Amino acid sequence: MSELYKKPASELAQMLRSGEVTSVELTELFLDRAEKLNPQTNSFLRINRETALEQAKHADELIMAGNAPSALTGVPIAVKDNLTTTDAITTAGSKILENYLPQYDSTVVSKLRAAAMPILGKTNLDEFAMGSSTEFSAYGPSKNPWDLERIPGGSGGGSSSAVSGFLAPIAIGSDTGGSIRFPAAVTGSVGAKPTYGAVSRYGLIALASSLDQVGPVTNDVMDAALLQDVIAGHDPMDSTSLVDSLGQMADFASKTDIKGLRVGVIKQLASDGFQPSVKARFDESIQMLTDAGAEIVEVDCPSFEYAVSAYYLILPAEASSNLARFDAVRFGERVLPEGNPTIERVMASSREAGFGPEVKRRIILGTYALSSGYYDAYYGSAQKVRTLIQQDFEKAFASADVLISPTAPTTAFKFGEKLDDPLAMYLNDVATIPANLAGIPGISVPNGLAENDLPSGLQILAAAKNDGVMYSAAAGIEKLHNDKWGKRMIDFAPELEAK
Amino acid sequence: MAKAELIDFDEAIEKYDVVIGLEVHVELNTNTKMFCGCANEFGDKPNTNVCPVCLGLPGALPVVNGKAVEYSIAIGLALNCSIASDGRFARKNYFYPDLSKNFQTSQYDEPIAYEGQLEVPVSSGKVYNVAIERAHMEEDAGKLSHVGGAGRIQGAEYSLVDFNRAGVPLVEIVTKPIFDSGAEAPELASAYVRQIREIVKAMDVSDARMERGNVRCDANVSLRPKGQEKLGTRTETKNVNSLRSVENAVRYEIQRQAAILAAGGEITQETRHWHEDKKYTSAGRPKSDADDYRYFPEPDLVPVQPTEELIEQIRTRLPENPASRRARLQQEWALSDNEFRDIVNSDLLDEIDITVSLGVSAQSAKKWWTGEIARIANVEGKEITELSVTPEDVAEIEKMIAAGKLNDRLAREALSGVIAGEGSVAEVVSARGLEVVSDDGALTAAVDKALAEQPDVLEKIRSGKEQAAGAIIGSVMKEMRGQADAGRVRELILERAKS
Repeated sequence: MSELYKKPASELAQMLRSGEVTSVELTELFLDRAEKLNPQTNSFLRINRETALEQAKHADELIMAGNAPSALTGVPIAVKDNLTTTDAITTAGSKILENYLPQYDSTVVSKLRAAAMPILGKTNLDEFAMGSSTEFSAYGPSKNPWDLERIPGGSGGGSSSAVSGFLAPIAIGSDTGGSIRFPAAVTGSVGAKPTYGAVSRYGLIALASSLDQVGPVTNDVMDAALLQDVIAGHDPMDSTSLVDSLGQMADFASKTDIKGLRVGVIKQLASDGFQPSVKARFDESIQMLTDAGAEIVEVDCPSFEYAVSAYYLILPAEASSNLARFDAVRFGERVLPEGNPTIERVMASSREAGFGPEVKRRIILGTYALSSGYYDAYYGSAQKVRTLIQQDFEKAFASADVLISPTAPTTAFKFGEKLDDPLAMYLNDVATIPANLAGIPGISVPNGLAENDLPSGLQILAAAKNDGVMYSAAAGIEKLHNDKWGKRMIDFAPELEAK
Repeated sequence: MAKAELIDFDEAIEKYDVVIGLEVHVELNTNTKMFCGCANEFGDKPNTNVCPVCLGLPGALPVVNGKAVEYSIAIGLALNCSIASDGRFARKNYFYPDLSKNFQTSQYDEPIAYEGQLEVPVSSGKVYNVAIERAHMEEDAGKLSHVGGAGRIQGAEYSLVDFNRAGVPLVEIVTKPIFDSGAEAPELASAYVRQIREIVKAMDVSDARMERGNVRCDANVSLRPKGQEKLGTRTETKNVNSLRSVENAVRYEIQRQAAILAAGGEITQETRHWHEDKKYTSAGRPKSDADDYRYFPEPDLVPVQPTEELIEQIRTRLPENPASRRARLQQEWALSDNEFRDIVNSDLLDEIDITVSLGVSAQSAKKWWTGEIARIANVEGKEITELSVTPEDVAEIEKMIAAGKLNDRLAREALSGVIAGEGSVAEVVSARGLEVVSDDGALTAAVDKALAEQPDVLEKIRSGKEQAAGAIIGSVMKEMRGQADAGRVRELILERAKS
């Protein structure tokens, strides 16, 4: 681990504090890499050299004066482009917001600014975070640094490819059904979805309000914990944000002993549908945990069978309403229709031109699911399934401290492979969706190389507000893997070269 | 649009049962809006009281105004409703340019208050017990101004939106159908709205100014042939914003619908608009019961859960209910039923109550408000509350009369000056030079002059016919431009005639 840009944020932060490196130097290093490599990975939609360097200078002043406001002060970061920023156009991956400069900073971005973390730029995503591959971004897909022919996961593929390609040391993502965890799994990085309400959603361009949660995208568990500590906390601007603190995640992540940890293996997420090598790595991890003194229990979550179906009713329903505001009346790209430009026709032609196919598909699905006469059968039933899934989790957490499963059924697939098969695309999220439906925290950590010598991921879930337990278990499992392989899995990734 | 064919009101009532249902929107006078911190102010420069939340910008989230919840509970309690201990907001989805999010945050199947009743007396002495179905919280929309095309959306050249009103807290109070009011339906409708207005004004939860739209009524009217069980097709006349208009609109709809039914026609289910100037309703948009607003629970807000303590606290702060207040005031003011009904029907209870509390006798207060002030309002075609005269002004005038500084005629002139916006009573009196001349020197000179001009009258007085002094009083008053105390003039005439 010789190169500075491959070091974890925790180490960079220490070097900043000890004066071995300045934030301006670090920020320049990553800006240079980003500018050099982004033409290949398309991780960033925008790189903010000027503002990032200003922020870095400010961070250096604070550090020099001994006033660093956070553990990560001076560490540069990339931010998913569905979080509003007043100094950078925010598109949510959509044409309809092509030139949209927000009037206010999202709470998470405000917290990054308060922590004096320079923002390198805004990362790519599937349009309005709808997708698992970034192929639905209006600005072209991001590439997986492990194999540029393959998807980096989605919707947060911009952040995952930026971090796993070392274009940024850490990044912010958002997770509605797996948009942080799935990209982490297929890029050999770490991605955490905190408990619903742990991080403010104010300024997160909403996909599905009851499922969305902002979280860290990093190369190790400690970095994720440190970043969650920066962005978490009650926000009076978000009614659904938790009032009580969940504690310092970094403290939990420094506890790596998993002896006596009760690890639940979810029966429904440990059998069919996984690539054989993905399943093999998962079984090996179970053995590794057993050897390290963890207690393995099988838990039964029968309602998980309906999770994807329920999710694809609740999400489109909420999204169809959340996306109604994009009508080109107050902001956004306005497209005039041919003929008489009445307000209805202007709204319709702007939405027709501004939204991509997946967004339209989900708006139509959601509009239908909420229609009178269908509400009970669709949205109503889906909410009942949601309750059943919450009950499954409650029962499971009575006998286990954490639950594990493979994060995704496969390693990274090739571009175009599932583009014309929405159902196959939706099934990527079969293991990650239940956590969003129940509001519980989940994290994906690297779980060894599988199919095509590509990374696979292990998902660790904990009960609501037990993010700390999740981070301890994740740090313990990460340590077992690093000890076994001799280095972090991300260090197996091929070096990116500029063309 | 021309007026429709009408039939005689009495004939309509003879043939048909009238069923009315009233929806009253009350704008609350909280300092800030329903879901954001913007000022709730009427009449400010357009689009100055706005923020990301009420403009529906991407990523913005609502937070419930606790004061608005308390005000809504107070209204619920005053209408003898049950208060929901757990109520969710819901989204009512429809596209309209005055609705920034293209959904209205409202309450649907979980209103904050439900199942109440209100006793409403009418001029016949009959008291109707109006059943309240629900009172729920919601937000107001912005305000559209259509430029060109006669100010209507159809044919307008362009339209402007002012979002200052977007997000202003509203309580919508919905009655159950009222079946038994017959010929009194129009009066009952307006008496009901008046009573709601009195209640919210007394509780100071709304400015309750109908001309500003603080209280507005949607009146549902349907007719069915006498003896028929099945309800007829209804129309909903929207946003009627004066008491007089409520009564007129209901009366008009009864006559219009009766004419159609009597001719064998069918009523179209639709919204209608009331035109106060020409006294007719015109068709709005068709409305079916299947209007699909795709309601679903608002996922960005947590349920409103008022505690029992809070509800009881609000209950103890409720002002006297209007019916018992009326009984008390009638007794205190020692007015006959007829005199008191005059006051109630002219909607002047509050004004007279305040005037009396400022030291004016009930008879005098009643005389001013139901007499001269009502007359001026009538001449100007305005509501009395629209005139810029206050109980304080009336009290000041009465004080000056008692002190002999104004006589009745001068007082009326002073009042018209105040209503014309010329300033306070004192300012008008001084600017117009209205004060009674009590300087005996000036009066004596005028008396002497008049007596000298009319020697025949002087003779009559000297011969003991004191009533002849009237002619001299008239001349003196004319000479003094009315600004003399008639009693004193008479004394002086007798004194001078006999000297």
